[in-house]
Amino acid sequence: MPRTLRKILGETSFFVGVAFFTILAAFPFYWMLITAFKQNSDLYNVTNNPFFFNEWPTLEHIKYLFRETLFARWLWNSLVIGVCVTAITIVTAVPAGYALARMKSKKGEALGIAVFLTYLVPPTLLFLPLSRIVAVLGLQNSMWSLVLVYPTFTIPFCAWLLMGFFKALPAEIEEAAIVDGCSLFGAFIKMAIPLSVPAILTVVIFTFTLTLQEFVYALTFVSSSDQKPITLGVTTDLVRGDVFFWGELMAGALIAAVPVAIAYNLFLDRFITGITGGAVKG
Amino acid sequence: MSAVIARDIVKKFAEVPAVNGISLSIPDGEFMVLLGPSGCGKTTFLRIICGLEQQTSGDLMIGGAIVNELPPRARGVAMMFQSYGLYPHYTVRNNIAFPLKTQRVPREKINKQVEWASQLLGIDHLLDRRPRQLSGGERQRVALARALVREPTALLLDEPLSNLDAKLRTMARQEIKNFQQRVGLTTIYVTHDQVEAMGMGDRIAVIDHGNIRQVGTPTEIYNDPADLFVATFVGSPPMNIVTHSGGGYLGFRPENFLPKNMIEDGAATEFKFRVDRSEYLGAERIVYGVLDGFESKQIITAKLPPAHVDEKNIRPGEWHTFAVKNSELRQFDKNGNRATSH
Repeated sequence: MPRTLRKILGETSFFVGVAFFTILAAFPFYWMLITAFKQNSDLYNVTNNPFFFNEWPTLEHIKYLFRETLFARWLWNSLVIGVCVTAITIVTAVPAGYALARMKSKKGEALGIAVFLTYLVPPTLLFLPLSRIVAVLGLQNSMWSLVLVYPTFTIPFCAWLLMGFFKALPAEIEEAAIVDGCSLFGAFIKMAIPLSVPAILTVVIFTFTLTLQEFVYALTFVSSSDQKPITLGVTTDLVRGDVFFWGELMAGALIAAVPVAIAYNLFLDRFITGITGGAVKG
Repeated sequence: MSAVIARDIVKKFAEVPAVNGISLSIPDGEFMVLLGPSGCGKTTFLRIICGLEQQTSGDLMIGGAIVNELPPRARGVAMMFQSYGLYPHYTVRNNIAFPLKTQRVPREKINKQVEWASQLLGIDHLLDRRPRQLSGGERQRVALARALVREPTALLLDEPLSNLDAKLRTMARQEIKNFQQRVGLTTIYVTHDQVEAMGMGDRIAVIDHGNIRQVGTPTEIYNDPADLFVATFVGSPPMNIVTHSGGGYLGFRPENFLPKNMIEDGAATEFKFRVDRSEYLGAERIVYGVLDGFESKQIITAKLPPAHVDEKNIRPGEWHTFAVKNSELRQFDKNGNRATSH
């Protein structure tokens, strides 16, 4: 009897814990979801219960986004920036991570740490020198400045992530390929890359999300509405003075968040393998 | 198939020598075993031969041509790695075909060669599987097939049996040896297991601290060890070594160290032997103890035929007179090198 009791108690506390963190994590998303579909009269009536719909849901805010603002354009800008930055990051971080992982001397390790340290420099410091570079290249007030700037934080982190993964990959496979007639580059292309697809996918999702949610650089380098990515467009054009267009803000955030959430869930298993790949031997 | 000749190969990692001037000539078709403890430089030497490491100095010749500067792919050698290094994302067929594909061999020829190699090793029914679906023994055969498929100049094997269990290992040893004899391929086999070395090698090179201590046939290595290292590294239990009156050392194999009455004829040297412990291993009995009047760093062992000696005659704590035929005694000078030939 005490054993059953202890079991019940254990399971209960486990599920209470899980429920607590689930609510904590899901609540902002839930808030965003209902706000995006609430009528303004419902939203701004302080006597209503804010946690539920008090009036019928509406698509008004979403319609407003697409009709009255450049939302579609921001979405497109974010997508273009995301795809370009991800491509640049993959092309540079994969070989960089591989080289760092396979460098035999201690220099490789030191260089790896140095690369990671650059990731830790905050954007609020870096945007000053970067704005000079952006100006010299004539990219002020253009979304292409973000394509230039975002890799400065995606590449170091991704190179580091990939380094851990490549280190866990047995070198014998590439060495066998080299003895079997490949060049070093051939072994990298034919062996290392196909075997690190989970890690590369992780990097793709990570980079894309990071660029999608970036705000500081976008705010500093872009001011024309038609060049803004979604994070900036939504917050700057839907907050006028001290008036917050809450319904539109939340609708914009929801539309930006849903594809990312779907991508995360589709690749969740691979994502976890990528993150923990270096930690445990398969 | 070609001879492999190394001349004074030195390899240093950050000024620390791993290979310390190895010269070795391996004629065409020979099965050469590089034997030594872990960290002795034997694997590094193998990696220099295949080109995965570049020697600091010295010359390497394969098939009569100096290959110092050639990348691995131009040397034509095949290597089988300790954990096989199979390509996990390829099928067995593509694993075996890979060395031919990199050489842009025509497809019909590739198919023919893959068929030949897989039939030779009895893995033709596994061709469409992936490496992770194979057992350890099957993986080993795939690795061997992949090594052989392009008819390499030399076959290098780096402790290929260390991932197999004891039973499979004996079988695989036989298989590799048979196979090598049939194909007549120059083979360089790295191991730290003296049983593998003795059983497989045409000749054995015993390596320690980046130096070759002795090169010879298994019989030469076992019967006439060049120095104390070889004497104590090869043989199980190892050769008994005692300090000699003249400042040198005296060595004798445990199976030659017998109760005096078992020595039939010829001159023999007698020892007073105190038995400490004995082990019955079925085919033999190993007796451990100490000698009176001789100093030794190790425990002295005797390997006796159990038919002649049972537990009643040899008890712990008893003193016995044991003897070694003089022809079986080996003398080493104070530096540990062989003093005289017998």
